[in-house]
Formats: sequence, structure tokens, C-alpha cells
Amino acid sequence: MPVPAIEFDTVSFARPGRARVLDRFSLTVLTGEVLALVGRSGAGKTTVLKLVNRLLTPDSGTVRVEGRDTREWDEVRLRRRVGYVLQEVGLFPHMTIRDNVAVVPRLERWTAGRTANRVDELLDLVGLPPRQFAARWPDELSGGQRQRVGVARALAVDPPVLVMDEPFGALDPLTRAELHAEFRHIQERLRKSVIIVSHDMGEAFALGDRVGVIEDGVLVACDPPAAIAASRDPRVRRMLDALPTVPRG
Amino acid sequence: MNRVLAFWLSHRSELAALLGQHVLLVVVSTLLATAIGVPLGIFAARRPRLASPLMAFANIVQTVPSLAMFGFLLPVPLVGGVGARAALVVLILYGVLPIVRTTIAGLRGIDPAIREAGVAMGMTARELLRQVELPLVVPSIVAGVRVAAVVGVGSATIAAAIGAGGLGEYIYRGLSMVDTDVILAGAIPAAALALVVDASLLWLERQLSARRRTQSRRHAIAAAAALAVVVLFSSGVAARRAAGKIVIGSKNFTEQIVLGELLAQVIERDTGLPVDRRLNLGGTIICDRAVLAGDIDVYVEYTGTALTAVFHQPVNTDPAAVFNTVRDLYARTGRTLLPPLGFNNTFAILVRGADARSRGLKTIDDAAREAPHWRAGFGYEFSERPDGYPGLARAYSLRFPAPPRVMDLTLSYRALASGQVDLIAGDATAGLIKGLDLFQLEDNRRYFPPYDAAAVARAETLLRYPTVRTAIERLSGRISAADMRAMNYAADVEHRDIREIVGKFLKSL
Repeated sequence: MPVPAIEFDTVSFARPGRARVLDRFSLTVLTGEVLALVGRSGAGKTTVLKLVNRLLTPDSGTVRVEGRDTREWDEVRLRRRVGYVLQEVGLFPHMTIRDNVAVVPRLERWTAGRTANRVDELLDLVGLPPRQFAARWPDELSGGQRQRVGVARALAVDPPVLVMDEPFGALDPLTRAELHAEFRHIQERLRKSVIIVSHDMGEAFALGDRVGVIEDGVLVACDPPAAIAASRDPRVRRMLDALPTVPRG
Repeated sequence: MNRVLAFWLSHRSELAALLGQHVLLVVVSTLLATAIGVPLGIFAARRPRLASPLMAFANIVQTVPSLAMFGFLLPVPLVGGVGARAALVVLILYGVLPIVRTTIAGLRGIDPAIREAGVAMGMTARELLRQVELPLVVPSIVAGVRVAAVVGVGSATIAAAIGAGGLGEYIYRGLSMVDTDVILAGAIPAAALALVVDASLLWLERQLSARRRTQSRRHAIAAAAALAVVVLFSSGVAARRAAGKIVIGSKNFTEQIVLGELLAQVIERDTGLPVDRRLNLGGTIICDRAVLAGDIDVYVEYTGTALTAVFHQPVNTDPAAVFNTVRDLYARTGRTLLPPLGFNNTFAILVRGADARSRGLKTIDDAAREAPHWRAGFGYEFSERPDGYPGLARAYSLRFPAPPRVMDLTLSYRALASGQVDLIAGDATAGLIKGLDLFQLEDNRRYFPPYDAAAVARAETLLRYPTVRTAIERLSGRISAADMRAMNYAADVEHRDIREIVGKFLKSL
């Protein structure tokens, strides 16, 4: 059995003075696997992602990335091995698209030539021809285009792990479907280990090799889409029934 | 306007120097305020608990009128005193607030997602600040710098009150001579300077906040920096003052400026030493502290004023006793009171000449009878000093229907002549008494102590330059009240150049 890319071992986490966000939460993401984590707002999905790149550390239990406790990682090294895509994208408004994608390579002190090649390669990968887009500014792009830049930026130094926080949540359904296809296409080539968070079961089914259902900080199910769709667990059924986009067939 | 132009033409080298000093004060203080304000703002934005008290303190500082601030700083060692250094401290204090405020606002205005993206990409706090936060906050900072610089241009005019130079000198000079042209000669370039500063920083702000290629932003910053260096250098050259000069001070009214000029010219003529004129300092206490601190070497004081206002001694009406007491008190604090110049500039209780003639007023007692239906107006000092209005009211049982109006001393002569008030306390030697047809009432109860004019000098300076003492003593007993009134009249009413008036008088001695 290969070393899991990401491992949550009975992790508990609470914000100071508030109820527990995660309660003895365990989860394993295999190398090259896409795990789609679904739950309602406030279920603890974003917390899970922030524990992976040590924006947060667990109160008890252990989070391991590539077999190593996040607390033992140098946090900067860790974060550069974990690409992070935010729902709000968070592109730097004072930088062109090219400079936005080039941020991490530059932090890593890549040569200018290598950085430029990599930026072109990534923009091609996410379907934004560099000649047309590299010199433009974030506020000149549509929401979908910005999200593609966000993905390109997260992939810049080829991190083995990718965590995505409702990356397609704010997009219209057509654009979203388009990006889903794009994502699957990219993932086929790159084989990253991915956690993608969504409140949309349809999106989870479309993207995940496995789908995890999280409720009140507990992982109530984690199985391939077909098994989830067939689950009789009332907590899983509740999610399935509540969401408008259930899979057809 | 033509007269203002003529004034500029005849004073062009002085104008250039004052403009240079003004620009230098503003540029240096704004740069230092930025150097302090930006880190402070960054620090405060990170620690919200510290931010509120910090902002509260900065706001309080901002509400202190600048003249009062100069007053507070006078006795403070190192940063206080008289001259450009103290002015810079005050201007920096005023400039820091808007910069801190806009820095904090700019940092708080950054979308949290942007910051989070930076952290998640593995930026250290330093990288985040340099690559993300600072570039995004620069336009806000420039907006703050713009406010600070424009406020600085205004506040710097007030700095002339403590001898820091700048265009305020003309404004104060004009105010004390009641000469609108001279006021305008300082006020117009100051206003123009404010507009230029505002416009150029606004340009820079737009240049930086517009979505621009990094390169053109760099060009804008480089252009601004180059301009700042050029301005700094050229105003430095214009404002240059040679070291090792005898520094002459004076208070801020015509007679004092005339006497300061007189000391300056007699020292220049008889000793050949270079002289620096810091005329027009903002009052007795400022001059006193300035001599004490060594910022000025000599100025003319009045014995009665020194007795009560400087040394807080009880009022005494014997001229010789007052002179001796004051000389001893000065000697104890390292200063030398030189022999009296000859005239006694006592307070003069003045009424309109027309009133005096029609009602047969001769003495203050006569006026006390009219007081119940009169309005009085007094300068700030006279209203407060123990030998001023409070004592006068007791001595003569003066009762006005309303409390006396407190107004600028030189304006009070005009207020009396134009009928806004009916009685004022002026100087016995004021040229305006003659110019505006005012009448001096006799102090028949001998209330006012003597105010013999005499130069106060730093003992150290007199020891080092004995010729300075000889030069000043050449004036002892040589200036009569009539001489003084004539010179004041020439300056205040005929608007003649003070250097000329003084030069002519010196020749006549």
C-alpha cells in the first residue's frame, strides 16, 4: 500500500471559546486521488483544508502530509508543496496574470527564463492562451477566467498536493460545468492528490474519486460516488435530498 | 496687488530664502513624518488593541493649535526651544497622524482573501508585506502624505513665530505693521505652494493607484524621488544660514522689530560680525526662553515686563529699583541686562482724540467715569498680566458693562480708531497713536510700573565678543520716546522700510 498523501488521524479542533469544529476526525487521501468533501456551511470543511497546509494546527490528533506531521514541517516548505485554491480566488490586483502565476516560482528563486516558460505552460494548461492573457489584469477577466488563473497559480511549482475551497462555487452553472471538464482533464495528466470542498453534491460526484460527507465536524461517510448515492445512512440521504443536483442515472 | 509685486521685487533675495526655508521645513518634516508614520501604521494595523489608543493620542495631538504646541515645546530640551528644529518637531507631530491613519485604513481595506492567498502560498510575513500589502497600500499612504504636506505648508507659516523662518515671516511682519501688502507677500506664495504640493502629490497618487505596469509605477516613484532631492537641495541652498553669527531676536510688534534691526545694524557696523535676524518671535516668553537656550544672543526687553512677566516679582513703580532687581535676576541666569536705551514704553491707556477733546478727558480717572457705557479692547498680554488690566481696574475702579474684548494688540489701535471699542491699552511709543489721532490718558494714580527698554544678552556672547557689548552700549540713553514714536510712525503709518528707517536714525546719532 502506498503512503497516503494526506492523513487525518482522530483530529479535534475548536476555535477558542466556541464549539468544536472537528471532533476526532479521520480521513485518508491516497496519492493521485481526488477526494470531494461535501457538507453544509459551517460543517468544518474549510477547517479541514486549513489544517492540511498548517494555516491551523489540531488541538489533538495528527495531520500528516506525505507521511509527515504538519507540525514537523517547516511551514513555508509545507505550503509550497500544497497548492491552495480559494473560492474568492484572491488574485493580487496589483499584478498582471503573468505575475500572479509567477509568485511562488519567484519566491522559490527560479530563474526568469524557467519562470516564464512555466507561466506559459500553466496558462495553456488552464485554457488561457498566454499571448492573449499573460499581460492582462485580474479585473479584466471574467469570474471563470479568474478561477482558472487561481488554479494555474496553485499549480505553479508543481506541488504534489492540491486543496481547493469551493473553487467553482461562485460561477454560473455553464461555466462551472466547463471548468469541471477542464479539471478532470488536467487531473488526468497531473495526477495530484486533491481535497476539493463543495456544498454541492453534484459537483462532488462530478469531480471526486471518493466523496466524503461531513456533518458537525464528523466524517459520516467516505466512499466512491456510486456507494454514496446508494447509501442508506440518513445523514447522507439528507445531503442528497437537500441538494438540487442529484446525479442522473 | 502692484504694491505686493513691488515688495517681492525689492525683497526678491529674501523672498527666495524664506520660500526655500518654507519648502525645506515642509519637505523634511513630511519625509520624516512618513518614515515614522508608515511603520507606526503597519504596527498599529497588526495590533488593533494598540491602534485605538494610538489613534486617540494622535487625534488629541492634532487638535492642539500649532501655536500652543510651539509653546509647550519651548522648555523641552533637545527637541524644543526656538528655531527650525522645534518647528520640525511640531510639523512632524502634525504630519504623522494623517499618514498613520491612511496606512491603517489602507491595510484594513485589503481583501482578506488576498492576504490569505499570500499566506497559503507560503509567503513569510515579510514577503507578504513587501510583495502584497505595501504595493496595495501605497496609494493610501501617498494620500496621507498629501494631507500631511498640505497641512505642513499651513503650519509652517506659524513656525515663523518661533524664528524658524519661512513665508510666515512676512505674514507676521505684515500683521505687526498692520500692512496688508506684506501679509499678502507671504500669504500668496504660501497658498500657491499648498496648491502646487497638493496637485503634484495628487498626480503621484493617481499614478500609483491606477492599474499600471510596475515599470511606469517605478518611473513615477523615481520621478517623485528625484524631484524631492532637487527641491531639498535647492531649498537647502536658498535657506542656508552661516554658522557663528550673532543672533538678534525681537518680539512680534513693530517697535521690537525696529529695535532688533537697530541692534543688528549697530553690531554689523561697529563689530563687523555677521548677524542673523530672528525678528518677530511670538512674545516675551518665547524671547526669554530663546536667550536662555542660546538660540538668540540678544533682544530688547522692558524692565517692567521682565520684572513681572519673566521673573514673577511684585509690581514696583520705582524705575531704578526695578532696573537693579531685574539686572540681578538676569545675572543669576547667565544673562546680562545692558543699560537702558533711554525711553520708557509704558502702557498707554488710549481713547480717540475726538472723544478726548469733546469730553475733556485728560486722565484715566476721567475715563473711569465714562467706562459704564464704554467697550474696552485689550491685547492678550495686557488682559492677563498682573500689571495689566486686573490691577488697572482695581486701581481706578474701572467698570465696563461687558468684559473687555481680547484682540491682537496691533489690531486694537484700528478697532479703537474705527469705533469698535472705546478704550484700549497700547504702547506709549506706538506710531499709530500719532497716525490714527489717538489720545494717551495720563496715569494720574501712577499705576503702571516703568518699562524702560534695555537689551538683554547672553553673558557668554558678551564675554566672547566684547565688541558687541560696546556696540550696544553706544545706544544707551540715546533713544528718546519721541525718537521711538517717530520710527514706529514711519514704519506703521508711512510703511517705510524698517532697514532704511533704522539706518537713517543710526546716522543721525
